[in-house]
Amino acid sequence: MPAASNNISSPVPHTAAMLTANALCCERDDRILFRHLSFELGEGEVLQVQGSNGSGKTTLLRILCGLNEGYQGAIRWYGEAIADQAENFFASLLYIGHRVGVNKVLTPLENLRWSCSLQQQVSDGAILAALTEFGLRGFEESQCFTLSAGQQQRVALARLLINPARLWILDEPFTTLDSDGVAQLENLLRQHAQSGGSVLVTTHHKLSLSPLEILSLD
Amino acid sequence: MTERRITTAAAFRATLARDLLIAYKRKNDIINPFMFFLIVATLFPIGISPDPQRLGEIAAGVLWISALLAAMLSMDNLYRADYEDGSLEQLLLSPHPLYFMVLAKNISHWLVSGLPVVLASPLIAYMLNLPADVYFALFMTLLLGTPVLSLLGSIGVALTVGLGSRGLILAVITLPMSVPVLIAGTMAVQQTLNGAPLTAYLAILGAMLLASITLAPLASAAALRISIN
Repeated sequence: MPAASNNISSPVPHTAAMLTANALCCERDDRILFRHLSFELGEGEVLQVQGSNGSGKTTLLRILCGLNEGYQGAIRWYGEAIADQAENFFASLLYIGHRVGVNKVLTPLENLRWSCSLQQQVSDGAILAALTEFGLRGFEESQCFTLSAGQQQRVALARLLINPARLWILDEPFTTLDSDGVAQLENLLRQHAQSGGSVLVTTHHKLSLSPLEILSLD
Repeated sequence: MTERRITTAAAFRATLARDLLIAYKRKNDIINPFMFFLIVATLFPIGISPDPQRLGEIAAGVLWISALLAAMLSMDNLYRADYEDGSLEQLLLSPHPLYFMVLAKNISHWLVSGLPVVLASPLIAYMLNLPADVYFALFMTLLLGTPVLSLLGSIGVALTVGLGSRGLILAVITLPMSVPVLIAGTMAVQQTLNGAPLTAYLAILGAMLLASITLAPLASAAALRISIN
């Protein structure tokens, strides 16, 4: 497994947890999705967000990323408001949503060259290694509309191997993966946590990770 | 992590290169607005009069309106695909100021849809019998004016990208904002034809361009944050 774990630089000593949410409330279309939601995500922790369809899992993740501002409550990054820490926060964050951010016209290589270079310098070698790891060797020069949904998901997930982000926020990353892919991704989450990274993930899949924190929105 | 962190300039270049690459791979993005420009400009002689004298009088306006419509037509490409495939979220989550990322996308859009129109304008001007001594004025005003159209249009697209059915709302938002550019551009050509010096009008258009380069991407960025919400 290349690059995934060893690039995570050790943080400055902090007392506060990596990500803290305090009394989050979110109302959408006159319906309360969740209220008084508080949790902490420390280094090396994996937090699985559970809830039935429409319970606000995706909304919660988007709120935590800063993509959705329709909420009340406080979100802190190592004890400080995210607005004061924006550059550090976004440089340490890797979000893969429902829409995975893979352009259909470009090849996997070209897609990753761009999406990874938004955060850090990246070499073609590192991208190819990650694509190989995710079973996309031989597809790196095919335009993404020729790939299956699962393969496109794998292209997006290859970023997990390339970007040394400390916080992964993954929205249903298992949906289109085959069983090998599921095992591989679980493995990756485990390694990330062991090396001090944190993961926030929504999935209906039963994760075989320990320790695993669970946050239920129902 | 810091030693491998990328500079904003490099992220800007990467975004510009990506958008140009996408445009190159989707060649109709380049060809369609340009063909549209040619066709609209050709419709005027058919619709109004083939009389060279009358055509010469309206040529500057025809070229400017055609350029404006062609810019409108190509606008939707700016953020739509990125919105639908999630790339826009990645752009918003980058640690760099969104201003520069939006500016990179606007520059790419102009290079693909505006520049060909500017380069072809003398040819259409010849077809419309515009007096030859104002070709330079026309070319320069379009060169300064079409980037403004791209930058202003970007605000409209950013505001509407999250809407399910966009239809004509984009034109309703963007076209009124483009009126000052249209006035300055056509006035410049007309007045140069009457013997006035071109520099004053170029200065006005240049000022419009500078103002929109500094302000429009900020508005686009804010609008994108609202749209993605």
